[in-house]
Order: sequence, then structure tokens, then C-alpha cells
Amino acid sequence: MHIENLVKMANQIGQFFEAEPDKDQAVKDIASHLKRFWDPRMRTAIIAHVEQGGEGLMEIVATAVRSQRELLQPAQK
Amino acid sequence: MACQCGGGGCSTDYGTPARVSEQLVEVEVDGITLTVPAGTSVMRAAAEAGVQIPKLCATDSLEPFGSCRLCLVEIEGRRGYPASCTTLVDKGMKVHTQTPKLAEIRRGVMELYISDHPLDCLTCSANGNCELQDMAGVVGLREVRYGFDGENHLKSEKDTSNPYFSYDPSKCIVCNRCVRACEETQGTFALTIDGRGFESRVSPGQNEAFFDSECVSCGACVQACPTATLMEKTVIAHGQPDHRVVTTCAYCGVGCSFVAEMKGDQVINMVPNKDGQANHGHSCVKGRFAWGYASHPDRVTKPMIRDRISDAWREVSWEEAIQFAAERFKGIQAKYGKDAIGGIVSSRCTNEEDFLVQKLVRAAFGNNNVDTCARVCHSPTGYGLKQTLGESAGTQTFDSVMQADVIMVIGANPTDGHPVFGSQMKRRLREGAKLIVVDPRAIDLVKSPHIRADHHLKLRPGTNVAIANALSHVIVTEGLVDDAFVAERCETQAFIDWKNFVSEPRNSPEALEAATGVPAAEVRAAARLYASADNAAIYYGLGVTEHSQGSTMVMAIANLAMATGNIGRLGVGVNPLRGQNNVQGSCDMGSFPHELPGYRHVSDDVVRGEFEQAWGVTLEKEPGLRIPNMFDAALDGSYKGLYCQGEDIVQSDPNTQHVIAAMEQMECVVVQDLFLNETAKYAHVFLPGASFLEKDGTFTNAERRISRVRKVMEPLGGYGDWEATMMLAKAMGYDMHYDNPSQIMDEIARLVPTFHGVSYDKLDRQGSIQWPCNEEAPDGTPIMHTEQFVRGKGKFFVTQYVPTDEKITPKFPLLLTTGRILAHYNVGAQTRRTSNSAWHPEDILEIHPHDAEERGIKDGDWVGIQSRAGDTVLHAQISTRMQPGVVYTTFHHPFSGANVITTDNSDWATNCPEYKVTAVQVVKVSQPSEWQQRYRQFSDRQDDLMKQREPIKAQ
Repeated sequence: MHIENLVKMANQIGQFFEAEPDKDQAVKDIASHLKRFWDPRMRTAIIAHVEQGGEGLMEIVATAVRSQRELLQPAQK
Repeated sequence: MACQCGGGGCSTDYGTPARVSEQLVEVEVDGITLTVPAGTSVMRAAAEAGVQIPKLCATDSLEPFGSCRLCLVEIEGRRGYPASCTTLVDKGMKVHTQTPKLAEIRRGVMELYISDHPLDCLTCSANGNCELQDMAGVVGLREVRYGFDGENHLKSEKDTSNPYFSYDPSKCIVCNRCVRACEETQGTFALTIDGRGFESRVSPGQNEAFFDSECVSCGACVQACPTATLMEKTVIAHGQPDHRVVTTCAYCGVGCSFVAEMKGDQVINMVPNKDGQANHGHSCVKGRFAWGYASHPDRVTKPMIRDRISDAWREVSWEEAIQFAAERFKGIQAKYGKDAIGGIVSSRCTNEEDFLVQKLVRAAFGNNNVDTCARVCHSPTGYGLKQTLGESAGTQTFDSVMQADVIMVIGANPTDGHPVFGSQMKRRLREGAKLIVVDPRAIDLVKSPHIRADHHLKLRPGTNVAIANALSHVIVTEGLVDDAFVAERCETQAFIDWKNFVSEPRNSPEALEAATGVPAAEVRAAARLYASADNAAIYYGLGVTEHSQGSTMVMAIANLAMATGNIGRLGVGVNPLRGQNNVQGSCDMGSFPHELPGYRHVSDDVVRGEFEQAWGVTLEKEPGLRIPNMFDAALDGSYKGLYCQGEDIVQSDPNTQHVIAAMEQMECVVVQDLFLNETAKYAHVFLPGASFLEKDGTFTNAERRISRVRKVMEPLGGYGDWEATMMLAKAMGYDMHYDNPSQIMDEIARLVPTFHGVSYDKLDRQGSIQWPCNEEAPDGTPIMHTEQFVRGKGKFFVTQYVPTDEKITPKFPLLLTTGRILAHYNVGAQTRRTSNSAWHPEDILEIHPHDAEERGIKDGDWVGIQSRAGDTVLHAQISTRMQPGVVYTTFHHPFSGANVITTDNSDWATNCPEYKVTAVQVVKVSQPSEWQQRYRQFSDRQDDLMKQREPIKAQ
């Protein structure tokens, strides 16, 4: 998947949830949104991108991907 | 009274509208005693007693007028012969409708009418359906003593300028029904009676031809006309119908009920169903007249296949086409994995068809790569309302608007996009409801006959959330919150978080004025008006959803409604106006890659288990690809096959060049449609689709109303869409079988809790049903969230305004926003193949005079519109409806290339494209854009490949 587009989409999700007063909750909500709405190949790509430094990603999004990696990792088929 | 002819859709004309009153009045009509509500006319009371009083100017869709003098009656104890249509019942009143004196008067009146009316009944188009003829018979007219030599109107010239109906003044009896219908029913006020006395004639505008006037061709005048004065051209051509079938319109989300008037299997006329619960006998130019596309010669009625999109098509049998598609799909899955194919369904298809396609994808393809065109229109509604209120649907009935005191219309243009509901809204506004319009453009509602918006918040495109936050700021900081409602009905902490957020100075109207362009005082006044009303209702459209913050704005709207207690009863609510007829339904049916039917997430083990048991397969628990993700994945090489039913993604989806690049990467595209649409030009298999006239099923409109679509003719291609999906599933190795769509609905009812009580039998009995319809609500649910929210407590969300990436720059100094117009529907595949094109032959660019002058652009010039995605060329129209800095166009024509300009920016939550904001430059040019020229060549080549198609071999 085109990573620039995924980074942009992930940041947009981050921009919505970062307004929540509870930052821990915001991180969980970002990860939950990715889990619930992103196809596995999109999540795999964003995880790989974070592992390579996560260039262009908002900090809160990178944190969400890192801290919820297990949740976001698609099950092996 | 329900239909008595057996065909359905027709009902008694009571002469005057029903009245509602707690006070009942007992009257006697011709010796029959009955009780009616106070305010009822004598004419209506008589009709309810089964007594038909002769009439010409009265009909129960219009207020009484009292001009024809045919409905006179005698009332004991009263002098003279009052008109029964304008005389109200009184306690103990004794009415006589038939006396020798009345008979004499009525004959005299009819004699005068007929003395200036052509006596060509046998060759008249209204023969068999003419109230004048009927009344002449009823009163026993036997002679016309005046002769026909005097001055008369018999040689008046016909006006045939309107493509759909003609106006023959020689047959006009000046009953005013057409004029009143245009005012009361449609609210356009295009017609008047010109002249006085003998000179009186119906006149569109100031003696203009119908086509040149302000007439919007809704057909209300034609429907109201008691003679052949205003007559559908199809009836003139073919004669009166021999049977009628009630069905549902296939255009917008109002979902009007129509009576298809038939002659054998030929549609003669489509007339709005008086008993229709969404439209109450009204219609618009699309549903009423623009159905000829169904029999257009462009219809493709034989299955076709080809190896490559550069090959000529080959007509084949259904079996061969299905086998070809299935083998290719299976081959792709074997090579690239099972997630490499998917399906797209359409809001133009029935619930049953949508349900089957998602079942095909989930059960036969083995993945969740199914999406619907609602992705690109109302997916943020589904997300936003589910989060805040707990259900992905509007909260009201359309009729609820008649109880609203303040109406806020945000990013919607009901008089063009949802005309029949627009007329109802205008009726309420003429009764005195206040109006707030939030829109970058001056839409018709802002200022039209007898309608003025109290506040027009003419915001910059892309600043919806800023406006909503500013409105909320005023409501909270000025103490306008309905505290009792919030305390009882909403989550406390979420409300406090929201309250604190919107109270911040950065969310004040003053702080946001620079971004929105709307004067702070106007925002404050609008907020006070909305929050202070007894009943305030919000109506919104794609101007809310098709933004990078579409979902945020839907949540902000729900916040506003909850904070002011405007939810859970008549006259209030959050009302998404759905673009296409079955947007609600296609979403309900689980046509989303993350949701099973009934809005349940695919990861929910319990729900998935129910479907696995019912369908006998293991289902994927990971979400699939949404439409824009499918394109990205195609370019990435991981998505290679697509089954596309009833949707034209190449024309309708944004950033056309990106979409086309993705389509060219696909190894098997199966398109099922009525026509060889733009997407089909990139397809390998074409399956003939069936029009709404050719299939059984249901549509669900914007008010959650499920209505039947009934087959009036056999599918031109031989099979209904649902049958083709079934065949494809079987060929893919998953056998699903239904004898008819009714059985599909039964399966939906078994599996979806909000549909447990829905069946075709019940729909036939009730006419329509608003879901939820189940054990708790056996007759359906007109108003939602009455006692508590579907999610329990309503949840406020913090809605931070995030400016879109589409910002103006020196290179792209204007903002383009897109929309639709009355005459056309979506990609125009249907309406372009009707006479509606007479009103709108091409998409044009609307531009403000200042912006035009700066660029040396004059009305009608060719202008190039360039964005970072691409460029195209359209004719310009100078328009003060626009604000400086904002330009507008529609996307109804494929070669306009409106979506060549729109970008792949999308809503953060749902990927709904940001059609409404694109930074562009506009310059004067002299020829079509390079893309347009290239696409024209490609399209011409595809047309040739179609013409060169190899016909199917005789069996």
C-alpha cells in the first residue's frame, strides 16, 4: 500500500482523537479505530512503517501503533 | 380509504383535505348521520358518508377554492345554495346534495363550461379519465343552448415546449387546480391565471412557454388537471393504461411511492401514489417523467466477455459469462490470495440485491472486501450517528418537519436533491417555521417565493466543524443547554468534556470568523434561534459528509441536537438526506467491509457465529477493503478482481486518473449494469442489469422506510440482478438459492434484529415499514430514541476543527465545491438518457462575477479548471449564488471530468472522499483539456469495440 497515503490517513485519525482530554484513552481509540476499519494489509504496512521510524506520523499515532502492536497485527493465516 | 380498483395506488377523492381536531361534529348528509372532525368541509363529510357531490375545482390534495359552482348543496335552515367545498360542517347540520333545484343549477353550470370546450371527447387524450366528461354525465347535460358560434377559446394554441407534457388552453376550464398545485403542493409559484373574466388563462410565469418558465416539471399541475389541458405526452401517444402497479421510485433518498400505469408490459405513465407515506401524492421531474431510460436503445441486454479491455466484446450465454467470471476470480485467488478480489454494490440496487452481494463476497469469495457507493456519500453518517446516538440512521419521519419550529439545513439542497421533501419543507416554512441555512452557496431555499432564510451562514467550504463548534460555544456559554435532557439522557463525563471544549475561547464565533468567513453576530443569532425553539430540526446532506471532517461534523450535529434536547419526538431530530434511493438500505444490508447486516462489526464472534451457522461457512473476522482502499491495493498489486453491481466508480469516484490507473491493473472486472457505463469500459465481463421496473425487492429511504419495488415487466436481460449474483456464487462453489426476493427478505428478517418483523406480507398490508420493526415495535418505528438512545445514554464527542489539506495557494487560489442539480441524478446514466437533458445538457462551472472579471471570463466561455489532481474544461456561468473565491460544478456527465479535479483527500473515519473542497485555478481556454481529449479517444475506441461485438451464436 502507498505509505504516504496511509500516513496521511493515520494522522487524520490521530487529529480527531488527540482532542480527547484523556490521552491514554486517545491512544487506545486510535489503535481501536485502525483495528476496526483498516484492512490487514493496511495495518501491516503502517506497523512496518513505524518499525522503520514512522516518518511523517504524528507522535500520538506512532505511540498507538507501537503500544497496541499486538492488537493491530493481523492474525497469521 | 385504500385503493378500490385492485391495482393499488388509487383512492377516493374526498374533495378537500382531511382536518385534525379533537372536537367532533355530528352531521346528516342525505339522511345519513356521521361524525367528522370540526373544520371538515361538507363536501368531505359527504364523501366519507359515501355521497359524491359533483365537483370540478375541488380535489383533496388542495385547499378548497369554491370557483366551479358545481358542488352547491342545500342546507336545512340556511338560505341559498352554498358551495360544499368551502362550507364547513356545523353541529346538527342537515345537508341535501340532490334536489331538483340543485340538478337544474348544476346542469346550467355545466352547460356554460361545455359551451366553450371542444366536443372532441372520442379523440381526446383524457377520454376515459376526464372529470369534466364525468361531471357532464353526472349532471345529465343533454344540450348546449348557447351554440358554439360565440367568442370562445377553441382555437387557442397548444404549448408543447415541455418535453413531458403539453398545455392545451382550449380545454382549460380555469379551475385553478394547476395554479394551486404549483403553489400548495410544489411551492414553486410558477403558474398564475393571466387576464380577467373571459380572458382568464393559465400562464407559466409572465406568458412564457412552460419550458422557458420557472416551472420545475414536478407534474403536480398535470396531476391536478381535471381535463386534457395539461396532459402527459406518453398518455397522448399511447392512450389510457389498462392496469396499475404500486412501486417505489429509483431516484433519490425520498423514496416516493409511485403508481406505474401500464398497458400490457409497457409503462404508459408514472404517477405519484396518493397513499405513498413518504410523498403523499407528490413527485419531481425525475420520478414522474424521467423513466424512459429503462427502454433506451443503449440498454445492454446480453452478457458479454473479453480477455483484455483492448479486445472487442463477445456476446455469450449467461452460463458462459458467469463461468468465465468465476474461473477468473478463482484463478486470481489462487495466484494472489483470497483477499485479492471483492465486490461493490450500489444504493441503486434493492436491499435484497445488496444483501446477496455481501453474502457472495463473505461466503463465496471468503473475505470482507465488499463496499457500497454509500462509501462516497453517507458513510460518515453511519459512523457519526452510531457513535453518538447508537444507530446509523436518521431519527425522524419526513412528516415530522411539519411540527418543526426552526429548521436548520446544513450542506443540503433539498429543492434540487430531494425535491419532494423540499416541497414539504417549504410548505412548513410558509406556515411560519424559521430557517437557518448553512451553505457556501445561496441555494434556492435561501430566497425563493414566500421563503426567506432567517440566517444564511455562508461559510467557506471546509469549515463546517468550525461553524458547528461556534454554534455550540454560543449555546453552552449563553446558558441555552437543555440541562434536564442532557442529565437524564446523556453520558455525564462525555458531556462535561464536550462542554469544556466548546467553551474554550478558540471555539467562539469571533475567534472562528476568520476561518469560516461568517460574521460572528450571525452565528450567535442562529445559535440562539436554534436552541430557543420548541422544536428544532437539523437536515443535512453531502455538504456535511463529503469532507475530510465529515464524520466529525455528523457527530457535531448530534452534539447540537442532544445539547438542546432536540431529539426523540416529532418536529426535531437529526435528519440525513440520503442521496440515492437505497443509501440507507445498502448500509443496513451489511455492504460495508467492517460490518455484517444490521451494523454489527465483523469481529463480533457472536454475531459472526449466527451468520456462519445460517450460511454454513466460516467467515473472515478482519475488516476488508473500502472502495478507495481497493484502488490503492490494486495499484499495489494485491487486489486484482472486482464484481461491481449497479455502480459507476470510474465516473463517480474522485481523482479519476488514480481510479483509472487502478482499474487498468485489475485482471477481472465484472460490471453488472443497465448500460455500458464508464466502469464497463474497463471491464472483462458485462452482465445485463435489470431496471427497477424489471425486478421485485425493497428500497429503504432516508427515514428508514422500507417500501416495495414491484416488477412491472420482465428483465430485458432475462434475469434479475439477484439471480445473477446467485449464479455467480454457485459458480464460485457456494450454492445459495432463493425462489424469489421475498425469501431473501425472510433471511434478512431472521438475521437482523431491527428487521425481525419485516416481511413482504406485512409490507403489502401496511404499505411501508420504518425499521426497527421487531417484537418491540411490530408496526415499525417512525421516531427513534424516544425513551432512551439506542446506545443507552447519548454520547457527546469532542469535535476539534482541523482545517483540510486542500488550502488555497497562489497556484490554486479558488475552492471548487461540487453538487447536483434537479434534472440529473448522480452520474447521469439514467437521466442523461431522458429528456431531462433538455434542461441541463452539460455540466457547467458556476463562478462569482468578481472571480470571473479578474480572469477575463464571460458567461459561456470555455474555462480550464486545474487542481493538484488534474484539469478539465467546462463552460462558465457567472453566478451570484457563489461567494467570491468559490466555484461550483456538477458531475452528471462523463466527459466533464469533474472528478479529474477532485482529490483523494477523504474523511478521517470512513474514507468518504472530500468532493466538497478542492483548491483550483480557473483560466480562460479555447479547447477541451488534454485529459478530456484522451478520454474521448479511449471512450470512442470502447464504443467501437462494443459495435464490433461478436453476436451470440444461435443455440
